[in-house]
Amino acid sequence: MPGSTLLHIDGVEKRFGGFVAVDGLSLEVKAGEFFALLGPSGCGKTTLLRMLAGFETPDCGRILLDGTDIAGVLPHRRPVNMMFQSYALFPHLNVSDNIAFGLKRAGMARDEIATRVAEMIALGRLEGLERRKPNQLSGGQQQRVALARALALRPRLLLLDEPLGALDKKLRDSTQRELMDLQRRLGTSFIIVTHDQDEAMTMADRIGVMNHGRLVQVATPRQLYEQPASRWVAEFVGDVNIFEGRIERREDQRLVIACHNTGAIVAAAPRQSLAGEAVCVAIRPEKMKLSRQGPAEAAIQAGAINRLEGTVSNLGYLGDISSYGIALDAGATLRVSVTNTARVDVDDFRPGERVVVWFEPDDCVVLDP
Amino acid sequence: MAGRAQPGLSRFNVTALALGLGFLYLPIVILVIYSFNASRLVTVWGGWSLRWYVEFFNDQAMLAASWMSLRVAAASATAATVLGTLAAIALSRGARFKGRTLFSGMLYAPLVMPEVITGLSLLLLFVAINVERGFWTVTVAHTTLTMCFVTVVVQSRLNSLDRSLEEAAMDLGCSPVRAFLSASLPLIAPSIAAGWMLAFTLSLDDLVIASFTTGPGSATLPIRIYSEIRLGVKPEVNAICTLFIGLITLLIVSASLASKISSARGDNAARA
Repeated sequence: MPGSTLLHIDGVEKRFGGFVAVDGLSLEVKAGEFFALLGPSGCGKTTLLRMLAGFETPDCGRILLDGTDIAGVLPHRRPVNMMFQSYALFPHLNVSDNIAFGLKRAGMARDEIATRVAEMIALGRLEGLERRKPNQLSGGQQQRVALARALALRPRLLLLDEPLGALDKKLRDSTQRELMDLQRRLGTSFIIVTHDQDEAMTMADRIGVMNHGRLVQVATPRQLYEQPASRWVAEFVGDVNIFEGRIERREDQRLVIACHNTGAIVAAAPRQSLAGEAVCVAIRPEKMKLSRQGPAEAAIQAGAINRLEGTVSNLGYLGDISSYGIALDAGATLRVSVTNTARVDVDDFRPGERVVVWFEPDDCVVLDP
Repeated sequence: MAGRAQPGLSRFNVTALALGLGFLYLPIVILVIYSFNASRLVTVWGGWSLRWYVEFFNDQAMLAASWMSLRVAAASATAATVLGTLAAIALSRGARFKGRTLFSGMLYAPLVMPEVITGLSLLLLFVAINVERGFWTVTVAHTTLTMCFVTVVVQSRLNSLDRSLEEAAMDLGCSPVRAFLSASLPLIAPSIAAGWMLAFTLSLDDLVIASFTTGPGSATLPIRIYSEIRLGVKPEVNAICTLFIGLITLLIVSASLASKISSARGDNAARA
């Protein structure tokens, strides 16, 4: 039943001495969902995952899997498997025996085990490596053995702790796609813990951003990036320019915000707001346009476009994009990224050059300061 | 692994190696050669002979002492391995209890404690509880002496193990005890074996504690040899030592061969 709730975490709390690792956290994960827990190190995401696996017991709260509370159930009695950050492959067992480990413990018949192991070997593209010991495998192969072993028992829920952390960048990109394919094919719910936002954004259906043991926002990757719930989320996920100021007035669907060091910014106003309220305006670097002339006067007059003037202070060429640091005349510094669409005759801006930065009110997000 | 490059030995390295090995093994080589000496005098070479070996196998007292030593070594090494391994597990896996540092420090005390003190205190204990001194008291004393060595060896291996191995085993359906047995025990087995051998040799070698804790009629080999030597060195002692060197070499070589074979099995599987 895709779409039904598989996992229901209800007010779970975990303390280590005086340190609150997970603080009254609630979350629902649907069957067949690819869910990512994202957060800085020490935010409690790994503790939460370990509670789901059974290696930690919550101090209070419930963890319901298919409606049954498993908070106090020992790890070996849960229909949940985990793929460890270190892979935790048994060094004294070969690939086949590693994969068969859980099946043997489950008391499965010999020929059934052989069939399932063969299936998992094919799934992990490990043909020909069956008799190798883990230390005779490459990092990528070890990762696939760990995944095959965790999936061999056909768990309802697979937990992955930084599964790609030990791989190099190229391999990580291809493995991300493989993981997504596999997850869609099997329909198993995946919960992945990562500190790498690209990884979470690429793979997950939904992302839960954690900080100080709490979920700050649970949203799809797009919502998370375009509609961050707080200034912290906006700054944690991707690059962002933040301007602090006060609401001056409301005009129809627009807010006019007097920012301290940019001048007035016009932003779309989806939220309730009071004149004089302190707010901040968040805008992503790629949402801004950079030019020497700026947009037509008429558009600015109509209040449809924000226009800021400044000087290029530095630039970084990253291949696909160029990232400019702009010092505004009003005092703020901001970052603008421009996609390099053409190979030659690029109209780039040099440090010291006068430029106009402009962006639309709809691209601004107004947040609490 | 095939094809690993061997670094070449420079002249300096060869000299250093030769001097080092010579310093370590020359006395032993001389002892072995002189055990085949036909002469009655230890320092005078009188031609090759097995005379002193024959003498040893006819010397009932010496044979009894050797047998006593071997039994004490085997029994105390086994007991020390069991206890030492359990202590190592408790120290590296147990919950952080209060006084844990003190406990582990106390466990290692016998490592640095002068043997005379250990021996004397054990003697006082045995006298106080009034047990007959002999095989069992020496065995208990040697277990006390060697247990901490086993703990050191096993604990260092346990601490270097990835904790998530056991967690993975639990995750795949093992109870905590079962997880330890199937995930960690195979990996610490070589160090447990090493601990046993260390305990065995330490016990075989010990003179001081054994002298304190043994009773009449149950002398261990070192005690026996020591008392013989006070009356003058007989070449028979050389023969006994040679036999024991042979025994220990056999133990060590077979242990290292066993580990070679098991890793070679893995290599072959990789090539297949």
